Formats: sequence, C-alpha cells, structure tokens
Amino acid sequence: MQHNEPDRNNNAGQEARRDFLKQSTLLTALSLTPSVVVQAAEKHLDEKAAAYFEQVTLKLTINGKPYTLSVEPRVTLLDLLRERLNLTGTKKGCDYGQCGACTVHIDGRRTLSCLTFAVMHEGQAVTTIEGLAEAGPQGKLHPVQEAFIRHDGFQCGYCTPGQIMSAIGCLREDRANSPDEIREYMSGNICRCGAYNNIVDAIAEVKKGGQKV
Amino acid sequence: MSRVDGRLKVTGGATYAADNQLTGLVYGVLVTSTIAKGRIKAIDTQAARKAPGVLEIITYQNAPKVPGYEAKPTGQTRVDGQEFRVFYNDEILFNNQPVALVLADTFERANHAASLVTVQYAQAPHQTALRPNLTKGTKPKRADDYLRGQANAYTTAPVRVEQEYTTPINVHNPMEPHAATAVWQDANNVTVYNKTQAVRIAQQDIMKAFNLKEENVRVHSPFVGGAFGSSSRVWPQEMAAILGAKKVGRPVKVVLRRDQVFNMVGYRPESIQKVGIGASPDGKLVGITHEAYGLTSSYEQFAERIVDPSKSLYSCPNLNTTYKLVPLDLSTPCWTRGPGESSGSFALESAMDELAYALGMDPIALRLANFAENDPENQHPWTSNQLRACYERGATQFNWARRTPAPGSMRDGDWLVGLGMSAGIYKAGRSPATARATLLADGSLLVQSATADVGPGTYTIMTQIAADVMSMDPAHVRFELGDSALPPAPGQFGSHTTTSVGSAVYDVCLSLRQKVLELASGQAITTRDGYVELLRQKGMPQLSVTKESKSGSEEKTHSGKSFCANFVEVWVHPVTGQVRVVKVVSALDVGKVINAKTARSQVLGSVVWGLGMALMEEGQIDHRFGRYVNKDLADYHLPVFADVPDIDVILIDQPDTILDPIGAKGIGEIGMIGFAAAVANAVYHATGKRIRNLPITPDKLMA
Ligand code: FES
Ligand code: FES
Repeated sequence: MQHNEPDRNNNAGQEARRDFLKQSTLLTALSLTPSVVVQAAEKHLDEKAAAYFEQVTLKLTINGKPYTLSVEPRVTLLDLLRERLNLTGTKKGCDYGQCGACTVHIDGRRTLSCLTFAVMHEGQAVTTIEGLAEAGPQGKLHPVQEAFIRHDGFQCGYCTPGQIMSAIGCLREDRANSPDEIREYMSGNICRCGAYNNIVDAIAEVKKGGQKV
Repeated sequence: MSRVDGRLKVTGGATYAADNQLTGLVYGVLVTSTIAKGRIKAIDTQAARKAPGVLEIITYQNAPKVPGYEAKPTGQTRVDGQEFRVFYNDEILFNNQPVALVLADTFERANHAASLVTVQYAQAPHQTALRPNLTKGTKPKRADDYLRGQANAYTTAPVRVEQEYTTPINVHNPMEPHAATAVWQDANNVTVYNKTQAVRIAQQDIMKAFNLKEENVRVHSPFVGGAFGSSSRVWPQEMAAILGAKKVGRPVKVVLRRDQVFNMVGYRPESIQKVGIGASPDGKLVGITHEAYGLTSSYEQFAERIVDPSKSLYSCPNLNTTYKLVPLDLSTPCWTRGPGESSGSFALESAMDELAYALGMDPIALRLANFAENDPENQHPWTSNQLRACYERGATQFNWARRTPAPGSMRDGDWLVGLGMSAGIYKAGRSPATARATLLADGSLLVQSATADVGPGTYTIMTQIAADVMSMDPAHVRFELGDSALPPAPGQFGSHTTTSVGSAVYDVCLSLRQKVLELASGQAITTRDGYVELLRQKGMPQLSVTKESKSGSEEKTHSGKSFCANFVEVWVHPVTGQVRVVKVVSALDVGKVINAKTARSQVLGSVVWGLGMALMEEGQIDHRFGRYVNKDLADYHLPVFADVPDIDVILIDQPDTILDPIGAKGIGEIGMIGFAAAVANAVYHATGKRIRNLPITPDKLMA
C-alpha cells in the first residue's frame, strides 16, 4: 500500500508562492533557472512549475511501508517525519545533532534524523519508534521497550524514543558488554531527567537475556 | 509498580506540546534581538513577506492588542514587577529578545523567511555582569532579612570560617524545547496545547492577558518533556502562538530553538554569597551569617529562597541573613529545581565542611552536634524529621568509616580519592487541590485533577492512591491531568504535588467509598463486577464525587521539611584536574514513599542535576554584548551517561503523620539540596583545594 502525506490545505501559501514567483529578478538571478520556468511563472502558470522547481520526488520506506513523497531538498528527515508524516514519536531536542532525541534507524543503523536531509535517503528503509512494537494498543513491545518500562528508564519520556532507538543500535553494534561500555556508547543521548542508570540496567538486561534486537 | 503511561512513552505515543499537528497548521518562528538594551529603529520585513509560504509577520507595529499588557501591575503576581510584554513596543530589554514572529505554511519556509527580517537598533549601554553591579543591589519586596539572637555573632566564636561562595547561571534545558500550539475557535475562545507545569496558571495568565473568561480559555498539557521550573508561567512562545493564531485565523505552532530556551524561559540566576560561621571548640554553633546577592531583570524582581536552608538546618542561637537583588539587562530568571536552596546550600554546606576542618571534627559529628530538634526558624516542632537516620544509614552504606580526614591522604593508583558529604533541607507543604472521582458503568474508576506530570510519575502515583483507597486493581483506575477544564490543582513545582493532589485524590476516593457504602446499604464492595452491579441496580449511569483538600491548623503549629544526607566519592587526577564522581549515596527522608520505582528515579534525577551543577553547568555571558556564549547543548555541558556513577538511593520511608493524610512529604528537589557542596567537599578531601566558585572545572584545580 502506498502512503502519501495528508492534504495540507494550503491556499494561502500558494498565493504567497505566486507572489514569490512574480519576482522574476529573483528567479533570473538563479543561473540554472530554465527560462521556460520563469516565463511560466510570469504568466501565472506557476504552481506546477514551482512544485517542479522546488520539490524533489523521494521514495523511501518508513516502518515497513513504502512512501512516495515530494519534498523540498532542505527538509530534514526529522521534520519530514514529524511535520509532514505525523510520526511525532521521534523528538526534536536541539536540531543540531547534540542530544540524540531524534535518533532513528536508517537501513538498521542509528542515525540523527535532524542532521540529515530526507532526500539523502532515497530508496532506504527508516525505522522510527513507532515501528518497533506490534500494532495495536496491546501489541507486543520490543524487548528494549519492555526493559525500559520495567527499569523505569525514563521520567518525562521526551528523550525516550531516541534512547530506545540508540539502545537497540548499541546492542546491535555489540557495544553493551559492560555498564561502562554501555555508558560510553550511549553518551550521545542526553537525558535531562537523569534516567541514565536505569537505562543502563535496561540495556544490560536485554543483553543478558540474549533476545534478538 | 511500573508507570501507567510507560507504554505510551516507549512507543512514541505520548503527545507533547509540539506533537499536535492540527489541520491547517501554521509555523511560527521567532526573530530575536542582537542587542541587550536599546530601541528598535526600524524593522524591514519586506523581503521576508515575499518569501514563499509566508502568511504574516508580526512585530510590535502590527501585533494584535493584548489588553492585559496595559493593566498596571497588581502586585498579585508571583513575580513582582511588569511582566515581559511580547511585541509590545520598540524597547529592547535583553539580548535574544523576540522582536518578530514569522508565520508560514511550512517550518522550513518560516525559518528561511525569519532569516530575511532585518532590524536596526538604537543601542544603549547595558549591564549584564553581577559583580561590578553589586552596589545596585536592593532588598526584594518578596523577601525579608532575617535575624535571631545577635547579628554576626560568629565573629565572636573561638573557631570560625568566613568565605565567599559563588554559583553561576544554570539553565533548565529540559530535553523538550518549549512549545505552544494555539488555535482560536472564534474571537473569544482560544485553546492552547502547551508545555506547562500548571495548566491552571497558564489559563489564568492567558485570561488576564486577553480579558477572557475561564470558559473561553482551554489549556492542554498531558505530557511535558521535562520542565524543572521553566514552565511555571506564561512565556513568549505561548503569547506568540496565541497572537499569531489570532492574526492568521489558523492554528499556530511556535517551538523555541535551543538557543532561545537559554534566555526566554528563565534560568537559575547567578549568586554571590558570603557565609560566616562560628563554633565553640566542641563544635556547638555560635552564629551563622549568610548574605546573598542574586540577579534579576530590569523589569521584574525574581526572588529565590537562597538563604532558607541556613535558617532551619542547624540548631544555632544566633543567625542573620540578608538577600539583595541586582537588576541587570537580562531576561527574568525563574524557579529552577531547588530554586535558591540549591545555590544557598552550596555555600552553607561548604562552609560547614570548612568549619569541620577548622575544628578538627568529623563532618557528620559536627552536623549531629548541631541537630535541630525543632525548626530553629520559628521553634515549631517538625511534622517529621528522620535526618539522623539519613546520616546513619547513608554513612553505613557509603562506608564513611574508611575515610582518613587529611586532605590528599587517600589514593587509588594515580588518582587522588576524596570522600565528602553534606546535608539538605527543603520545604514540605501542601496547597489546596481538588479532585473528582467517578465510578463508571463498567466498574472502572476515573479520577481527574488539573495537575501535571512533568516526569515524577504523577499519573502512576495518583492511580495507586486511588486504587488503594477503593481496594481496586490499579488497571481499572484511570487518572487524567493536564487539562485546565479539570478540577483545579496547584502547579507541579515546589515538590508538593503528591502532598496536595495526592491528598485530594485520597480524600475524594474516601468520600466515594463512603457513598458506595451508603448506596450498598453498608455492604462493602471490592470487585469491579460488584460496582457494575450496584450502579445497574440503582439505575445510575455513573457515580461522581468532587472534593477539595487543604491543610488545617498544622500549617501554623508545625514545620514541614524533607531532609537528606549526600555522600560522594570523587577521583581527581593530579595532573589534568579531571574530576570523576565514582560513587554516590543519597539517603532521604521524604515521608512515606508511594511508588518505590518513581521515587528512586526522582532522586537519580536530582543527583544528576547536582553533578551538573557541581562540575559542569555554567551559562556564560559575553558581557561586551550581553549575550550567551554557550547557548547549545555542545557548549553548555549537561551530564551524559559517561558522567554518571553508581547511585545508591536510601529512602527512609517513614510516613509523616501530620503534614497530610497519605504520609508523603515531597521528593522532586530535596536530593539536589547540598549535593554540589558534597562534591566540593570531596574534591577538597582529595586535593586540599577548596573550590568555592561553581562549577568545579579542571582549570580551577590545576591553578
Ligand atoms: S534533535 Fe537531533 S540530536 Fe538533538
Ligand atoms: S526522560 Fe526526560 S529527558 Fe530523559
């Protein structure tokens, strides 16, 4: 099944874009602008041309579902997930790659989604916190999710999606062989509530249990 | 019991303020000032207005009027003065002050357009440094100088210490940046999905600002990604979202950038403190003098409880405190975990350690020799006090006995080992709170109160209290909070949610149980089926009771405090000055523990905060520009996994029989009080270097 983003009801925005495109001086300043685009804009045939000009087609898989999207190249993967696909489980803590709240998996590897543009992931598979548990309110949780609950590995819960995605990464990378190693390889994920020791216990327990992550 | 909201939090299902993606949502990005003081000469929004997707740009020149901004300050607000008025006029009061809000159809477009707004300023000279301005310090309206016995009696004591201690700006930096999404249903009805510790306070503030009635303002805040005091009043992002939504007639979301979190939503103010403390040779305290300076903004007086621990922690016949605030060209500080007590206790508990050395006495023995049987501030008996047990059990667990007192006398390989301790005290009280308990037709229980859960586990604790009273399975109880339309509760700050709201939940469930008993003609019901059957028999769709709880006369006759003893082992590298905290034991008297898991987590959090305060956190302002230098999470250091040692938490768990019906005292802040001093004391023990200026960074140890 194809998933496309919801209609964004953006009439006002389109008018503004028309205004923008009327600024032909701006557009001609861009040497790569095909003159046909500029002409189209000036003749008010601009919406499609503008979409063509500003947006890039992107195909990727998120939590096992294929998406075909049209995005501006400057959209980060984090903002795409949160603001356009309503996958708000992934959090923005800093937007500068300094906190880990936005950690997702790309082709199985942990990645800071605020530090990467969505268009760089054409054809790749993204997993977010929403993609770990089985569907439904009673669906089976991932072993790391269960361990976090058991060990109270969070307080406010805001850093938690990133912590869990990172914890799975840490386990897959085989960097969870001692509390100190876990601490080292989880240090990119800040928890201001200070749930660190409980998270270490949660990860160590999953490691010990040997469940597949 | 594990948290009832655990599943939501580990699956990404918990909705925080910025997670509300309403239809037709508009993104607001704030443009902020680049000077600390002066006036806006001109704002050019031309280029930004032409940028794609831009709907509107709000500045002081075209902002919708806020009637509340015209009102004279009433003196009724929790912070004295004239609140900061967003987009009100051309005046610049602090650096990075919001001057424009760019509204566009996508976040990227709003962000880009914001970069196109240019502002010209008429700059005026600013003052942002505390020390050079100490002479401008004045006594805040909200704080009284305090005296018992003789002032400065410590100067007459045979053994005395007199030192200055300083603490820098600390920034709350919750992981969730502050955010608000506002939508006006019509000209008079506004809903705000907000990050707040107090939906009722936010509601009242918005009502006042826009001259609206209670039923016209709805605030939702079911999940808060940490706050620590920073979400206890309405700030620019809420007002900006509300104004933006009014202007464009669509929902508007405003999320602060991390650098904006540093000065737009308060911070822990810097302090300069002098402590004089004197004792007789047997260690009996003769006198304490504690003089503190703090900073505030030019437009409000934010007063802290910085000298409070000194007044009550020790039995001492002579004590005097003063507190002065210096107004500077900065934004107003605000309550920050252990507001005042954290900074004040650093000074007091460092001075106590210095006194112990001056006396040649064990630091625990010195504290026990001056144990306060009553609250020395007012002679009231404690509602409960297990501080002795904290010292005793903490010392045993930590193996304090292994400590050889001479500085530098303990080593492990290359490393200097230091053991330090301190005590903490924090107010325990309660405020009026109301809860509603409703027995539903399916035999489950719904309990509601307009409190918050910013992380301590309020959802879970209230569920447990209700389930306990009703003898129900907690799985059949649901607790709702974070909605201003629910029965009123105080904000979640001051470590008084469990005492206040917990008591209300307890009382309302008692009433409900009583009602059920009457309905069932004295037959106690303990099963869900039993409740279903009763309601069916009586033909009732549900059974609901609402009740307010508050303290009685005990508030006037007793003194309520939580207590703690902190034990810290540090290793200091003699060459690099690196400090590693390798072991922490926190022993606490917080009254009865309702949930062992979440209670322990609260203490772990306080300890991590204490580590940050002691070793790394420091908001640095370049005073030439009056602007933060380290305004992101790479430059403002917070403790990370690798900084945090094993932490043993000992909860004495003795119910307080006077403060409230459930026996709890309060746990969110006490673990942080005195903690930074325990680290400093351990560093002194390791190295012989007494660091009196936080944070204890390697440069200070190498000097
Ligand atoms: S939001 Fe990506 S690292 Fe902080
Ligand atoms: S749980 Fe609050 S930041 Fe980690």
